Amino acid sequence: MNSEPWWSSEDFWRKCAAIVTGGMFVVLIFLTFHTVSVITAGTERVPGYSVINQRIYYKFNDDRNMLEPRIGDDAPLFGEKLSEEDAQALVDLGKLTVQAKNCINCHTILGNGAYYAPDLTKAWLDPAWGAESVREPLMLNFLLDPETNARGFGTNRKMPNLELSEQEAKGVIAFLKWTSAIDTNGFPANFTPIRQKGD
Amino acid sequence: MAAFENANLNSGQKVAVKYFCAAIVLFLAQMLSGLLAGLQYIYPEFLFNVLDFNVNRMVHINAMVVWMLYGFIGSVYWLIEDESGTELVGVKLANLGFYVLTLAVTIVVLVYLFVQTGPGNKETLWLINEGREYIEAPRWADIGIVVVMLMFFYTVAATFMKGRWSGISGVLVLDLIALAGMYLAGMFYVTNISMDQFWWWWVIHLWVEATWEVLVGCIMAWGLMKTINARRRIVTTWLYIEVALMFGSGILGLGHHYFWIGTPEYWLSIGGFFSALEPIPLVAMVVHAVYDAGSHNFKSNNHPALAWLIAHAFGNFLGAGVWGFFQTLPQINLYTHGTQWSASHGHLAFFGAYVTINIAMFYIAVQHWRGNAYMSGGLPDNGWKWKWSLALLNVGMMGMTMAMLIAGYEQAFVERALEGSTWYGYFAAQQKPWFVQSMIWREVFGVLMTVGVLLLIWDLLTIGRAETRLAEVFAEPAPA
Repeated sequence: MNSEPWWSSEDFWRKCAAIVTGGMFVVLIFLTFHTVSVITAGTERVPGYSVINQRIYYKFNDDRNMLEPRIGDDAPLFGEKLSEEDAQALVDLGKLTVQAKNCINCHTILGNGAYYAPDLTKAWLDPAWGAESVREPLMLNFLLDPETNARGFGTNRKMPNLELSEQEAKGVIAFLKWTSAIDTNGFPANFTPIRQKGD
Repeated sequence: MAAFENANLNSGQKVAVKYFCAAIVLFLAQMLSGLLAGLQYIYPEFLFNVLDFNVNRMVHINAMVVWMLYGFIGSVYWLIEDESGTELVGVKLANLGFYVLTLAVTIVVLVYLFVQTGPGNKETLWLINEGREYIEAPRWADIGIVVVMLMFFYTVAATFMKGRWSGISGVLVLDLIALAGMYLAGMFYVTNISMDQFWWWWVIHLWVEATWEVLVGCIMAWGLMKTINARRRIVTTWLYIEVALMFGSGILGLGHHYFWIGTPEYWLSIGGFFSALEPIPLVAMVVHAVYDAGSHNFKSNNHPALAWLIAHAFGNFLGAGVWGFFQTLPQINLYTHGTQWSASHGHLAFFGAYVTINIAMFYIAVQHWRGNAYMSGGLPDNGWKWKWSLALLNVGMMGMTMAMLIAGYEQAFVERALEGSTWYGYFAAQQKPWFVQSMIWREVFGVLMTVGVLLLIWDLLTIGRAETRLAEVFAEPAPA
């Protein structure tokens, strides 16, 4: 088989496979270091947890040609201004609750999860809550008793009662408020946020 | 476990059969929970507060992931003695691994079904449910899985080290290291959802769009040698080409999951570009499989296995390649990500890439179990059972995929483009006839597919049992 061209030889492709795999993996590692540094909480794209003390807007940026979150003036969640540590603890309780209650096997968040219930990425800013002034109690009541407060928008789908404690429900709301401040490169598309003071 | 004793099988194959049997049980669990979840789209009150959608859906996707892994582990144990030329090292360890894993999986599923959720604390994540899609298994089970994988890896690596190495086994062992390593990226808790999703995708993407693909590439290479007498030099060269193309596109293709999770904008370009190249190795695989089968005049010693190997080549290309390519560019993905469009791709990709090749291995295994029974053309009943189950499974899956694709299109238009991605928009899209009817068709085709699975099981239990003819065995020529 001396006539075999180099490009079809086993040896050539073995080397190719090794070099390409190694090379791509090295590039991924470099990108990972950079990405992890810019998605750490407290950076421009992913704000610190105390952002739950402030109003979060969603504005169109002409330069980027996409909607992006903006941090506004003071608007403490449940009227209580929290330190960075306390805010983190509350968001953390919310995140743990979202995992423990298996939310993502009905909902999506950041677009990932199941498709049986609406996306949670901008839940805090969703116009479904009516007005800014009633949003917090509505969200809290809904999470504590979703069957009675079912909001199926004309469908008969409802959320089961997952037996959240009041503190867990507040944690979930804090987590969702913080999540709504993450810069998601304009996802979900064409989002129309709730009207807020200062709009 | 006398039922698994069979004089026709070597030690590795006896372990493999156990894995294959458990895989089929989990396959049935996947179908059943999928049918329940699908029915809840049509009748939301069905099993409400008993087995809610999130429980059924969790069992559905977890049973799928785990039965794929059972199929892969079984396949590796099936081919290991043949490929290494020596007896499996650590037979007891391999058996122990099977029983530990199966016990753990059973406990996890029972807890999913009967405990379901817990309070918002770390104990819930450790004992009940981690609440992260596909890797919901609680942390104790994660650790168990890693231990079993290490046992599996030891038996495989030690066997090849004692016997002989080949291109296939070299790629296989290196791939198993990567596959096990990736799992570790999903084993820690963080508050930050962006960071959570970043590492979560390392597990999910680098499994299903990289290391799993290479693993089934190894199984495919071996399967083609056994069923159509493809030459080792050709399949090995193709395997290297596939590794180069798959990892060349798939490793940075990870970026197509980093469009919208808070990660920087450069991922839009990197992810879009490299993931768009991901179908190339899948096209190459179709060319390879069909060309090789054609060059042997589609003459095989195991028709059902070859049919499923070809179904794998096409299904992988169509489901993972074409359906993935549809929405891999960020300009499109912005409107489709998180709709039924994703579900459509997920279903066809997992089926086309992984279900198919596992079924091919089941047929290769059952042929040897029955003493190398003849399984080519001219079976006594004309092989109607395997042909019909092949047709029902593929038609059922294509029907479900098309139904979900139509629903996804409708969601992209109504929910995303018209209604501005609000909750009102979401529910508006869920009520349009295009969506509602698609969910009904999805269920109908799901039932069709389930009938196909039952027929497949019946066929595996009966094919070749009354056969007196022997299949041709393809022996490799001694290396020159």
